[in-house]
Amino acid sequence: MSPELLSSLAIFLLAILVGFEVISKVPATLHTPLMSGANSIHGIVMVGAMLIAAAADNPLSYVLAFVAMLFGAANVVGGYVVTDRMLQMFRRREPPKPAAGDNEGAGK
Amino acid sequence: MDEATIYTLVFLAWLTGAATFVIGLHLMNSPATARSGNRISAAGMTLAVLATFLWLFTPGNPIHPGGLSPIAIGIIVVGFVIGGGIGLWMARTVAMTAIPQLVSLFNAVGGGAAALVAMDDYIRIASDNSAELSISTAVFVVLGAVIGCVTFSGSLVAAGKLQGWVPGQPIQFPGNRLITALAAVVTAAGLVVLVLSAAGAISLAAGAEIAVLLLIVAAALIFGITMVLPIGGADMPVVISLLNSFTGTAAAMAGFVISNPVLIISGALVGAAGGILTKLMADAMNRSLTNIMVGGFGTGDNGPAGATGAATSGNVREVSVDDAAIQLAYAQRVIIVPGYGLAVAQAQHAVRELGDLLESRGVDVAYAIHPVAGRMPGHMNVLLAEANVPYPQLKEMDEINSEFERADVALVVGANDVTNPAARTNKQSPIYGMPILNVDQAHSIIVIKRSMRPGYAGIDNELYTNPKTGMLFADAREGLNELVAAVKQV
Repeated sequence: MSPELLSSLAIFLLAILVGFEVISKVPATLHTPLMSGANSIHGIVMVGAMLIAAAADNPLSYVLAFVAMLFGAANVVGGYVVTDRMLQMFRRREPPKPAAGDNEGAGK
Repeated sequence: MDEATIYTLVFLAWLTGAATFVIGLHLMNSPATARSGNRISAAGMTLAVLATFLWLFTPGNPIHPGGLSPIAIGIIVVGFVIGGGIGLWMARTVAMTAIPQLVSLFNAVGGGAAALVAMDDYIRIASDNSAELSISTAVFVVLGAVIGCVTFSGSLVAAGKLQGWVPGQPIQFPGNRLITALAAVVTAAGLVVLVLSAAGAISLAAGAEIAVLLLIVAAALIFGITMVLPIGGADMPVVISLLNSFTGTAAAMAGFVISNPVLIISGALVGAAGGILTKLMADAMNRSLTNIMVGGFGTGDNGPAGATGAATSGNVREVSVDDAAIQLAYAQRVIIVPGYGLAVAQAQHAVRELGDLLESRGVDVAYAIHPVAGRMPGHMNVLLAEANVPYPQLKEMDEINSEFERADVALVVGANDVTNPAARTNKQSPIYGMPILNVDQAHSIIVIKRSMRPGYAGIDNELYTNPKTGMLFADAREGLNELVAAVKQV
């Protein structure tokens, strides 16, 4: 295996471990937004779609790249927007007595 | 700037993007920072995508030295506008109750994109006689294409099941297992053939490698369908989570194929995320992953444990809206147990109204959220948050279970299996051992339910025949609205 591949494997392994650590700390209430957020992150595959679109030089590649681009863009844009929509709802409600200047940290 | 400098800058932009994904996920630890976490992650994504586009635009980039051809620009821009537009529209318009199937759909297209990226690179190299195909490329291409395709078809079936386009019950037809096994064998054999070919041990005729790859893709697509079909609707969240993890892995494999670090890092991150989530969900349901994947759960035909008919035909006590309203209005502590029925009936606003009304009368109100209430862990929290239920009132199962014995009334709205005491007592029951909410320990219980129809697990709930339980047969939203009106009269 080439040195480049070996270092890619090392990056792959470390990223997996980072993923375990980062995610195991998330409370259950945020699991749906988390799943959706993680879902939008793998939309990064759109970068791959752009790379194959740039390298494409025959009709088959054009089609594959276009569909990949379409799919990736839907994944990435839709994923982030729907996650944001979900998280928007997690705002804490204003305290019963509207105390000025103390709206963000309210409610325990 | 020379090419090397430009590539360095692009690489740094990718690394920044990858770092924002990690930071974004980390900020999702807490409801207070979760939204900014998602936005930071989105900003990193934008940076990575823009940097890639500009890089490809500069003449002299190693991918296509002439810079982007007009066709490539068209593919990228038009593909982005159409795909992104559809995604944006769906994300904006979807009802909150349909979130799980939308996530599954986005997951499907992500997996599809990863498979296409991996395949395209392979087809290019295989058609070019002068290019050398390494063993590792062959392995990563096949893994990326297979995992991506399984995710694509599997997620579509899962979304269809949740949307009701595909029946939610486990679908088993003669030969289903055989087809699944066959598809797996074809995939594995194809992988071996392509690796041997890349190693030079066998030589395939021109175009034969691509034919083998297409055969593998077809087998993987079939495998995805036959894998998900026999799994019941109740287990779908676990399946979607697993497939989400798969997509991450497929993206990482595609990253190996095209030697792109940001794909490798992000894919591995998501692979790990989905893996952890899947395990947490399976644990919450007290089901092993193997058990779920074998499928067939929730057929309503569970042998001796099914206990069909006999238990339900017995002493079910019906309660009128007015009686229920009086019980609630004069209670000290009320615990509301929302379930999927509430989500389906879009009753989250009605339940919040009832909760507020009771609070204003001095009743102590809390919401008991089972980890798998709704269709995904945390789904119920999202729905109730949408209806502005105060966050501190939402209690997780471990937190609230000891409080049921001190509650005057437990109001169960559209929840079923997660309240079934059989999970604690009946070793024969298919849900035996699943952590449940201790609703049966409350002083009295009111269940709003449309009929005596069993829940997703397809088994009877002995809670309904408990002498303390009053059944209020109504649609969740109508029942709650009637309760609100009745409590106002008290």
